[in-house]
Amino acid sequence: MAGKLKLYYFDGRGKMESIRWLLAAAGVEFEEEFLETREQYEKLLQGGSLLFQQVPMVEIDGMKMVQTRAILSYIAAKYNLYGKDLKERALIDMYVGGTDDLMGFILMFPFLSSEDKEKQRAVIVQKATSRYFPAYEKVLKDHGQDFLVGNNFSWADVHLLEAILMVEEKKSDVLSGFPQLQAFKARISSIPTIKKFLEPGSQRKPVPDDKYVETVRRVLCMYYDIKAN
Amino acid sequence: MSGKPRLTYCNGRGRMEPVRWLLAAAGVEFEEIFLETKEQYEKLIKDGVLMFQQVPLVEIDGMKMVQTRAILSYIAGKYNLYGKDLKERALIDMYVEGITDLMQMILMFPFSPPEAKEKNLDSIKERATNRYFPVFEKVLKQHGQDFLVGNKFSWADVQLIEAILTVEEKIPAVLSGFPQLQAFKIRMSNMPTIKKFLQPGSPRKPPPDECYVETVLKIFKK
Repeated sequence: MAGKLKLYYFDGRGKMESIRWLLAAAGVEFEEEFLETREQYEKLLQGGSLLFQQVPMVEIDGMKMVQTRAILSYIAAKYNLYGKDLKERALIDMYVGGTDDLMGFILMFPFLSSEDKEKQRAVIVQKATSRYFPAYEKVLKDHGQDFLVGNNFSWADVHLLEAILMVEEKKSDVLSGFPQLQAFKARISSIPTIKKFLEPGSQRKPVPDDKYVETVRRVLCMYYDIKAN
Repeated sequence: MSGKPRLTYCNGRGRMEPVRWLLAAAGVEFEEIFLETKEQYEKLIKDGVLMFQQVPLVEIDGMKMVQTRAILSYIAGKYNLYGKDLKERALIDMYVEGITDLMQMILMFPFSPPEAKEKNLDSIKERATNRYFPVFEKVLKQHGQDFLVGNKFSWADVQLIEAILTVEEKIPAVLSGFPQLQAFKIRMSNMPTIKKFLQPGSPRKPPPDECYVETVLKIFKK
């Protein structure tokens, strides 16, 4: 009875990419509507589809869901990627919180000036290698299992792989001090649904470029300067 | 078997305040350790108890939990403040996330430079009155129930009453266009656990002052 799963966002990564990853990992098909003009966005606003006037918005199971974290939690639970009990969910939430913070440093990267981009690249690598990667390296080393939580594939694994690949795009050898994460990356990348998502022609979006930045600024009338956090 | 939850943070609101609210609303007693010096913080890091080298830290049910969202979700789940099924949880999550975006503006406010403060205050007022409060006013008006989700007290209600009171501290007349929220505020404030939390002597922390800002910068600035 549930209709099509439909994503409303720009044709690019941004905050929607983690949702594309999770749906793909769960083997769930989805449609996308790409915001290209201000008019499209205003139509969504006037139609009352955007609870807090923002995208991402995902039509799923009769709901028009907004707020990335809410959407991801719903998908994770629905497709059994959220652990088996409250404590496993707590671990997954903690781990996802960390990778979310890490990816947050990358999220506004395309909007920075060239000078700020160089500084931010260094910040991203520093945070990844001194704060986040060591934490996940230790988790994997301590329990010696294939997956982060409960010896079962979960949202936390998908999110960590996404973060690893995104940081590698900024510095290709960033995993060099992290043998567990290297093995993790190889393992998770070869899971059939993920492997498929990593192939050309999937709904995975490329590294954001100037055209993407222009589109976002135009649609959201977001013309002010973005500073790094 | 496990003792009371133990909260480690600075002696002030910051990111820990929603946790204090939620535990209090659930009627759960907790202990607090206050970070006062850089050395205390560095010792926590050295001892390996902060997964991402950050606070809040909440020790609960044998776990050393970090990441505010994770902590709050766990507490909500444990104390039945997270709705009755996946769809109610989705609504609660959406509402909580929206309110958190508003609270984030207030969180940062004490740390903004003096010349930016007036502009930031205007932004908070604009967002509260044009983006966030209208949503919850409408939700309450449409279903006519006492609580935001599922006709039952939940994490979303706690988060909203906290946000209303916190914004009112900065903008006293902010609820003037929102009769549903005014009634909601009174209803929530009269719930026994919340009423107790709103009384002097509770673990509720006062609005951040210069001393708090100084302490935070001293402990965390590199």
